Amino acid sequence: MTLADISSNLLYVAFIAYLVATFVFGGAVKGNKKGTYRSEQRWGKVAITITVIGFVSQVGYFITRWVVTGHAPISNMFEFTTAFGMTLVGGFIILYALYRTAVLGMIVLPIALLIIAYASMFPSEVSPLIPALQTNWLAIHVITVVVAEGILAISAAAGLIYLLKVVDQKKKSKQRFWLEAIMYSLVLVLGFVVTSTFFTLTNYEADFAYVNKDGQPSEITYNMPAIFGMNEFEPMTDGALTPLLEMPPIVHAGKLTTVLWSLMVGTVLYALIRLVFRKRISAMLQPFTKNVNLQLMDEINYRSIIIGFPIFSLGALIFAMIWAQIAWSRFWGWDPKEVWALVTFLFYAAYLHLRLGRGWAGEKSAWLAVIGFVIIMFNLVAVNLIIAGLHSYA
Amino acid sequence: MDKLICKCGHENPPGTILCESCGRPLNEQEQNKKLADMRYEGTARRSQTYNKSIIDKIWNFFSSVKVGVGIIIVLLIAAAVGTILPQKQYVPATTDAEIKAYYTDIYGSVGTVYHALGFHDLYNSFWFIILVGMLAISLIIASLDRFVPLYKSLKNQRVLRHSSFMHKQRIVAEGPGSADTLKKAEEKLTGLKYKVSTDKNGLLAEKGRFSRWGPYVNHIGLIIFLFGVMLRMMPGFYVDETLWIREGETRAIPDAPGYVLESKGFTLETYTGEGEEEKFGEAIDRVGTVAKNYQTDVVLYKIPEGTLPGDTADMEVVEEHAIRVNQPFKFDGYALYQMDFQQDELKTMSFALQNKETGESRGDLTIDLVNPETNYELEDGSVVELLGYYPDFSGFENGEPQTATPLPKNPGFLVKMTTPDTPDGETSFITIQNTVEPLGDNDYKLAFQGVETRDASGLTVRKDRTLPILGLGGLIFMIGVAQGMYFNHRRFWIQQQADGSILLAGHTNKNWFGLKKDLDQVTEHASLPAYRDQQEDMEAQEKREGEQLT
Repeated sequence: MTLADISSNLLYVAFIAYLVATFVFGGAVKGNKKGTYRSEQRWGKVAITITVIGFVSQVGYFITRWVVTGHAPISNMFEFTTAFGMTLVGGFIILYALYRTAVLGMIVLPIALLIIAYASMFPSEVSPLIPALQTNWLAIHVITVVVAEGILAISAAAGLIYLLKVVDQKKKSKQRFWLEAIMYSLVLVLGFVVTSTFFTLTNYEADFAYVNKDGQPSEITYNMPAIFGMNEFEPMTDGALTPLLEMPPIVHAGKLTTVLWSLMVGTVLYALIRLVFRKRISAMLQPFTKNVNLQLMDEINYRSIIIGFPIFSLGALIFAMIWAQIAWSRFWGWDPKEVWALVTFLFYAAYLHLRLGRGWAGEKSAWLAVIGFVIIMFNLVAVNLIIAGLHSYA
Repeated sequence: MDKLICKCGHENPPGTILCESCGRPLNEQEQNKKLADMRYEGTARRSQTYNKSIIDKIWNFFSSVKVGVGIIIVLLIAAAVGTILPQKQYVPATTDAEIKAYYTDIYGSVGTVYHALGFHDLYNSFWFIILVGMLAISLIIASLDRFVPLYKSLKNQRVLRHSSFMHKQRIVAEGPGSADTLKKAEEKLTGLKYKVSTDKNGLLAEKGRFSRWGPYVNHIGLIIFLFGVMLRMMPGFYVDETLWIREGETRAIPDAPGYVLESKGFTLETYTGEGEEEKFGEAIDRVGTVAKNYQTDVVLYKIPEGTLPGDTADMEVVEEHAIRVNQPFKFDGYALYQMDFQQDELKTMSFALQNKETGESRGDLTIDLVNPETNYELEDGSVVELLGYYPDFSGFENGEPQTATPLPKNPGFLVKMTTPDTPDGETSFITIQNTVEPLGDNDYKLAFQGVETRDASGLTVRKDRTLPILGLGGLIFMIGVAQGMYFNHRRFWIQQQADGSILLAGHTNKNWFGLKKDLDQVTEHASLPAYRDQQEDMEAQEKREGEQLT
């Protein structure tokens, strides 16, 4: 087995460990009917041990991949997003050591699983660095950012648990709707993973010729049956589904097709869940939060932001500016990724001012923490894949 | 407004909530509260005290957290809107009209609206800059409004506080004590790195007061940063030029007087996927080619002072350097960056002057596409005269050939060919694709023989004297954030009353858990009475009452 194989096997081990630990954490929380902490502690210990094994294994993946590629493995969507899953779990382990909160594991680990699964939908072969990335600032800037984002995501997880407990599932309300919307969007990510995996395993490929937005002839390979066709498309593969709708040149119909497939499969999955359990997902999760200490969740939410915000400022703004000055000759150029890092910074600055200056703790804080995570995910997913800019390394 | 005189005799500035000296509540509202409002130590903040003149109103507007957060949110949304479509600097168009047309052509009506609203240049727009300016004003005023009274109050704080102040703290303990209680408490608190001061029958132990300045320090950092950004508009602080230089060319560096640059050559390397790079084979196969290095090898010269402009005879070599991406060439406050390149730019074109019928050649000529000559003399007295040269021929306008750019991308030549056979000369217009003979059929033609090409490097010339200021701002910001967030300000007041009993109060600006851990140790060592957390008590009581109601 080569080192590269060992590396990817370690990632599999981590994935499976997180998967198992999720259920053990769930059992630890669920089994604790009386609200005493003894049984939760016992199963919690088993679960955290499995989590730590997974984490160590993922760190092993990270280090071995670093050795194989010769550069910090954070240079494309696959590598960055897996690392994000790793820092998320790392942050959780630290908080578990401090507060012994099994329920946090039950929420963080599935999110980390989704993130890693999402990452593995991108090309994962080791790739060389383009000139702009050949510097130590790659490791310094990106690792700081990914650590900060992992910690900030923990605050969202704590916020989510807070909301799962306090939002009344019996009464119709805006809160109930939006909380379920968060659950639905998580299922959509699962929909994307399921669809991509299915078509990858079945080796679906369809080539089309088209005219791009600059009027040049180009070619594209769809890995899912084309629902939308590129501008003036011509099928090049026999027997492939002919696109139902042709898009104008500025719309990337290939990506739009992927989005629609994920949306459809995700919605079907969600509908199935609702049909089988006859409950909202948030209502299904609510019983798990029965013994949750709200004050503690609020504290974790705030604490993670207090730790994450300075690290984020350092990594995503200051280190980013230093590197931008070296590589692109200007420390700031209003590139979409830069702007969204600033948006994230401003958002958490607003959070801190609202919390410290206007007493926005508890539920308000929880909502803000969840919105912060949405902004981070938008910057990771949408800005890389939809909005073209200097950071489009996927 | 009048000064507020406390029962203890201390004169407080108008608007004070808790007496600066003894901590007694000074208004009825505060007297009725169970817990004292300790956020700014109950000091008189200007914004909470005056609201008469226009200056008061402006001050109060900008010192409000609500307004500050409002500005942040508006900026955040505006910044996000600017990323929906690319900003104008990332659009392949230069003139205003072209940019406007680009948005409409590529993005349709959405693009038209986006451009019409000015979002294509959002971050340089008047209103966006005003918003940033308002944020800066808010940072300054809100900080001053809070910092000044807080600083005064903490500087003047007394050891002995009134019992009403002590009882309104979140952490309170009351109970019997012995003769050495204070002594022992002092001992332990000093051991825990508290600064302890005593007065008569009481002590004040304090730790980490500097963390209270954190927010103001980080705001100062941000203001310095914004000031640095503003400074770029001053002449001499900032240079941003582009220098296109071809292989073998020597050019003066724009905006860097006295410096001349020679390009020895441009190199583009790509990953081969062989040998060391074999592991990248799969990735390279998938995407085609991956660039490994963009490099321009240059020689920097300096022209001695006092030399006439354009006189390059005396220039001295300063340094030979390889400019690569991520490795700019720095000299004398300037930096040269490898930003762009143009491979295989046409350098020369060669033609043969041929008789169309016989194919007989009267000689070859080579035209330098950057500095063409006007006359090319060939064998036996034949001459090719260059009447017009269009480096980037783009078509005819009113019968005149046009050039789109000065770069030799698609050269067009208007020539007059004179040979002994055709002494009057024949006119021909030649481009790469075809030849036009505007004045009738010619006997002779220029037959294309070949081209020579070379690479050109696009370098950015940069000088930015604001960088140290920006760096300082960033550093101060980070120090302030760490100071305010990773440390906290803890205080204990302990008094031994006339009957020997102990009254203790504790306060921290955050992390009550940590404060209690400290107090646990002191309590054990000095046998202090057990303390209670009044806020938790209140919350627990509210919860009980809530449960009784349902």
